[in-house]
Amino acid sequence: MSWRIVVDDDLCQGHGVCESEAPAVFSVSKAGDLTVHSATPADAERAAVELAVKYCPTHALTIIEE
Amino acid sequence: MSHADATAAIPEVSGRLVDGGHLSELRTDPVALLERIRSECGPVGSFDLAGRRVVVVTGAEANEWYFRAPEEELDQAEAYPFMKPIFGEGVVFDASPERRREMLHNQALRDRYMRGHAETIAREVDAMVAPWTVGPDEPAGAGGDIDLLDFFAELTIYTSSSCLIGRKFRDSLDERFAGLYHDLERGTDALAFVDPYADIESFHQRDRARAELVELVGAVMDERAAAGAPDAEDRDLLDVLMSIRNDDGSLQFGPDIVTGIFISMMFAGHHTTSTTASWTLLELLRHPDQLAAVVAELDELAADSADQGLDLTYQSLREMPLLESAIKEALRLHPPLILLLRVAQIDVEVGGFRIPAGDLVGATPAVSNRSPEAFVDPESFDLGRYLDPRAEDLANPWDWIPFGAGRHRCVGAAFAMMQLKAIFAVLLNRFRFELAQDPDSYRTDHSKMVVQLAQPCRVRWTTRTGADA
Repeated sequence: MSWRIVVDDDLCQGHGVCESEAPAVFSVSKAGDLTVHSATPADAERAAVELAVKYCPTHALTIIEE
Repeated sequence: MSHADATAAIPEVSGRLVDGGHLSELRTDPVALLERIRSECGPVGSFDLAGRRVVVVTGAEANEWYFRAPEEELDQAEAYPFMKPIFGEGVVFDASPERRREMLHNQALRDRYMRGHAETIAREVDAMVAPWTVGPDEPAGAGGDIDLLDFFAELTIYTSSSCLIGRKFRDSLDERFAGLYHDLERGTDALAFVDPYADIESFHQRDRARAELVELVGAVMDERAAAGAPDAEDRDLLDVLMSIRNDDGSLQFGPDIVTGIFISMMFAGHHTTSTTASWTLLELLRHPDQLAAVVAELDELAADSADQGLDLTYQSLREMPLLESAIKEALRLHPPLILLLRVAQIDVEVGGFRIPAGDLVGATPAVSNRSPEAFVDPESFDLGRYLDPRAEDLANPWDWIPFGAGRHRCVGAAFAMMQLKAIFAVLLNRFRFELAQDPDSYRTDHSKMVVQLAQPCRVRWTTRTGADA
């Protein structure tokens, strides 16, 4: 069972909550552009990514199980 | 969406008058007008705004189209003519999503700044209720009453100015600023769609209030200029704006433009937060069982914290699910913006209808937030709808739209939620409230585009100490 992160670009506003929760996975530039370093991070990052999904103020992040 | 019958005429709601179309209904009972559009016309309907068509979309499918539409299709910039006289020349009401993201950074709304704001807000609430208390040993049962509109409008002037502009500027404000700001907000009669400078009293009052605000801000700027350059750590946004000079040494931003910048920065977060605070308290007081659950949640958090008081950290403010649900229900049932507007830039299609370039296009939180397709028993105030597994807001992101949705979703939503939680964490922890009027007498005044609580709207407070706390 693997998982990956999906971003809805229409919703992301670059608040940077994901970067605070999971800095190894997300970074948000000064201009507010989101970079996802890995859409399929290691399982060790799962808890942090779940917090990023939960607290994203625009609900732009989803975890897909596959 | 279906493109099958894009030539069909968009239905128009009943009630058009020869003089002004539906303008007078929009100025008196806009929610009834918007609800009728949904019931008579379905997901795509229209009304006549003094000769200009406004297409109103409802329902998840049409709303998703609306909120995902790029700027090139639906643009917000020219949709709110009533804001221009408030902000003044040279201050834009809206910006592109790209520019908005930069503003997020500049306006200290980003997550990393949010942590400091929690403390600032709690301090401002403490300062507002300081006159209510005589000290930590005050007897239980001391009490009084407040007007909710006056109280929360003043408090949210202090919180937003302190967080967005800086504490130093906030400390130079008193209740006069809040009073004048309120006059600006009252100057949003829908008649502005016809003429933003029409000869009516609320517009004159708006213009006088703006001029007086420029004087207040100008006086603060004079004081600062006389005091000389501040220490680097002591600089707020006003100092930064005053440090920008033309080649001849004069200020690039004088009092008029600085006031316009501050008005515009604070506008979106002011009446909205103030009104939501009022309705959160009113709805909880109308539903004592749910109020008791929220108070118990806060008491438990206070008991858990080491120093025998509520420790309002960024993290603790994230973990108040019942209080958060109460705020969400207040927002759902009493959305501070009832009609969101854009202007069609090109011909666009939705639900089988073609909307020509130039039409105003609206989505309506007042109707969508009560959609029976999305929400169980939509007229009821029910904290349970936000808890797992129901999570009706997350399950219906295109119907639960008190903050809008998509590209133009309120960038201050997270700040607003944290601010409202901090306000109630302090108030409900220290005071007990009760309605001072008939429970059905509290209502929203819809006579302006900026909706506010109608006055009088009084509640009583008593201190909560000893066995009670």
